Amino acid sequence: MSGFIVSEIIIPVIKSVAVALFPLVMTVVMIWMERRVVALIQSRLGPNRVGFEGVLQPIADAIKLFFKEDIMHRGADRSLFNLSPVLTLFTSLLAFCFVPLGDSINVFGYTINLWVAESPVGLLLTLGISSISVFGVIFGGWSSNSKYPLLGGLRSVVQVLSYEIPIVLTVLSVVFFSHSISLVDIVASQKAEGMWYAFYLPVSFIVFWISAIAETNRAPFDLPEAESELVAGFHTEYSGMKFAYYYIAEYTHMVLASSLVVILFFGGWLPPFPNVEALSFLGYVPGFIWYLVKIMFFLYVFIWIRATFPRYRFDELIRLAWKWLVPLSLANVMAIALVRSLG
Amino acid sequence: MNQYWYFFIFFVLTFAFALGLILFVALVRYKRHDYGDKYLPYECGVDPVTPHAREQYSVRFYLLTLVFIVFEVESIFLFPWAVIYDRLMIFGFIEMAIFVVILVLGYVYAWKADALDFRRSFD
Repeated sequence: MSGFIVSEIIIPVIKSVAVALFPLVMTVVMIWMERRVVALIQSRLGPNRVGFEGVLQPIADAIKLFFKEDIMHRGADRSLFNLSPVLTLFTSLLAFCFVPLGDSINVFGYTINLWVAESPVGLLLTLGISSISVFGVIFGGWSSNSKYPLLGGLRSVVQVLSYEIPIVLTVLSVVFFSHSISLVDIVASQKAEGMWYAFYLPVSFIVFWISAIAETNRAPFDLPEAESELVAGFHTEYSGMKFAYYYIAEYTHMVLASSLVVILFFGGWLPPFPNVEALSFLGYVPGFIWYLVKIMFFLYVFIWIRATFPRYRFDELIRLAWKWLVPLSLANVMAIALVRSLG
Repeated sequence: MNQYWYFFIFFVLTFAFALGLILFVALVRYKRHDYGDKYLPYECGVDPVTPHAREQYSVRFYLLTLVFIVFEVESIFLFPWAVIYDRLMIFGFIEMAIFVVILVLGYVYAWKADALDFRRSFD
């Protein structure tokens, strides 16, 4: 009986806490990294006062936001205004449920899988749950009852609608190779194949990456919060901890997008070329470390792109999605199907 | 045990975290002070032109959302097809090609009808 309690209650709870903390810890790292890297690219110093080279800056920001006065103007819709940041953060964390952070490990005789749950449709569930968090953005913008947030919220709807389709269609091209929609199986099939899918599906990877940047509302597609047009977009009226919720949710989405790119196209926790004998020593590095290195790389690319590209105009953004990425990804899917059916 | 039991645990924990943290902060944060025009909607320092932001205006993207639904339903069909594709092979390809051609016809129509363009009504 006690074994049952340990394996079905205590270990899942510990695992859940660890997996939920993972994106939050990454958020803290990313806040510091983003400001320092952007400063480096723009020949500025960036935060370097709090702690060694400013590493404690996110902690200082968090403490400030904790105690900050919470402002809600008189016309705002009270309950929706308060609940939409919670919805956004909650669903963006929940999407990590099916994301494998590493291989199975042995601790005190228990075999522990480094994912909370495995579902045969884990990929679709992850995409679906993370899409729900856009409702928090829309409700937040609408309930603010102020013009800039409303516009930001509406923009966010169109953006997510438009870029959802290239994402789903490019994800589909991975399914041809993996024969499964479970994220764990997709990584396992890359091990069996001995190759990361990015080498098989370069077009899918590029389209997915562009769409992922747009889905996470990052520059150059950060139209819902374009500060030069909409002040701060959907969170103009938010302050204090509710503002921080949107902020954390945005970074959590970045971590999720990088995780999905890594799992679908770069072999998740696998070392490079897992079946090559000469490189088998790379397998001694724990899988979680490989996963972490890979997602750190993609998080860095997020920042790099933000510092490099100017912002899109809104009609250009919609045109890019509907007139380039959608036909391209659909043609890509059909081309892969044709090639596979021929041999 | 069922994987969805683990999902349930994770669901409860993340929800408790998201709701609990904001309730905790509500206890410790600086209390509200009302003065002057502080609690007016933000409009770059001037008083709001209209009392409510939710005026009547044209939501430009309703056509896009219709096309979106078509594509999303299509992708639901494509997923099971892709999973068992290696068993269907050329038969599966032809079947789905017919389906995609019909979809592309609608897509071309939407393109010609300017549904995919955002700038139409401004000129």
